[in-house]
Amino acid sequence: MRIEKHPILSFEKKNKLHFTFNGRDLVGYEGDTIAAALHDNDIMHYSNSLIKKRPRGFYCAIGNCGSCNMTVDGVLNVKTCITPLKDRMVVESELDEVTIHG
Amino acid sequence: MVKRDLIIVGAGPAGLSAAKVALEAGLTVTIIERAAILGGQLTKQTHKFFGSKEEYAKTRGIDIASILIDELKNYEKRLEILKEATVVGMYKDYVLTIYQGNEYFKYQAKAIIIATGASEKVLAFENNDLPGIYGAGAVQTLMNLYGIVPGNEVVMVGSGNIGLIVSYQLIQAGVKVKALLEAASNIGGYLVHAAKLVRLGVPIYTKTSVKKAFGDKQLEKIETVKLDENWQYIEGTEEIINCDALCISVGLTPLHQLLSMAEVDMIYISELGGLIPKKTPDYETSMPRVYACGDVTGIEEASSAMVEGKIAGLMAARDLGHRHKKFNELEKQFKDQLQNLRQGPSGVKIRLGLQKAGEEL
Repeated sequence: MRIEKHPILSFEKKNKLHFTFNGRDLVGYEGDTIAAALHDNDIMHYSNSLIKKRPRGFYCAIGNCGSCNMTVDGVLNVKTCITPLKDRMVVESELDEVTIHG
Repeated sequence: MVKRDLIIVGAGPAGLSAAKVALEAGLTVTIIERAAILGGQLTKQTHKFFGSKEEYAKTRGIDIASILIDELKNYEKRLEILKEATVVGMYKDYVLTIYQGNEYFKYQAKAIIIATGASEKVLAFENNDLPGIYGAGAVQTLMNLYGIVPGNEVVMVGSGNIGLIVSYQLIQAGVKVKALLEAASNIGGYLVHAAKLVRLGVPIYTKTSVKKAFGDKQLEKIETVKLDENWQYIEGTEEIINCDALCISVGLTPLHQLLSMAEVDMIYISELGGLIPKKTPDYETSMPRVYACGDVTGIEEASSAMVEGKIAGLMAARDLGHRHKKFNELEKQFKDQLQNLRQGPSGVKIRLGLQKAGEEL
């Protein structure tokens, strides 16, 4: 959900950007990071924990924790919280790809 | 391999301030920043700063970021800035390995300033990894940088300045703050911030923590519990609060990893947030011509990070043969400023931490 009114900041709606997340067509705005745009689309489940596969959202939003890592345009483990959204991006969560053996 | 004079890692308040002074002294500078924008955590701080004029008191953090960035514009010919670039390794031969836009490359520097800042601590309780549970700073980023609210009803854990300020900023963004929990018996941050929340009707519960979070795929409610003098749960005092977002604001810890990787001498000081580099009064670490400043040297305020950055920039320039024209005057000014910032009751913990680290005060 976007902030409409704010006593200090102004958030003008910028140009729309179209992207896909796990095959779904979604819309974000210029200036968004990938993670911010996903959150605005009510997507909360960003990754799974490695061993127990528990759902993880995003935690730090500044590139420290890694719980928002996704595959973006074919590149693995992109920190989506610090990567600006671009038009036509293909974003995929890595829910099953990463497994720890042993 | 690309060779450089001074490389600064991190473009927050400390890194930008270091760059300005080093450039002023005549050095050629490279700044490497992980984010797409400069300013670090200042870029989301909509509140006005305290302190004195030199540290931009009464100015909002977001505006301080713009000032610091603008100040570098006079030196564009001697300044290189890599954005969306992460330093992933630091080695004893002054080599930094960098990852940017799916490319991996190396820089070698004559001097390095580490200004990587800090990360938010987590809190241990059942289901603390459910989506909808965030660091308070993450929520501040989401709201103030991207204009997106985390949820409709929020509970804040921790009453330090970040917890208090972010609670107020949540309300400014139109979000309901249902409660603020504090494990200690007193409010941790400035009372002026807490008073604002109380006036807006936010209940503050001291000696209280989160015991458990509930939710299927994402947070739906939490269970709070009262704590005794030994910080243990008091059985039978549990209460449920419905909320779709929980903010954890239980302190920060220095992002020391690059320094540790280069085997710089480190020391664990809980008062300063964790593992910090040992350093001289000139902010030089045990590795010659490697300096550290800002929260990576111990958690303080952005005001002190800026002053520490200026000291590191001044010393790095001197050690590379570019002694600032006003070196003596500036050195005294910066060191006095730092001492002033650390005075008074809010600086007790910092002074104790620095003493434990064996630093002169």
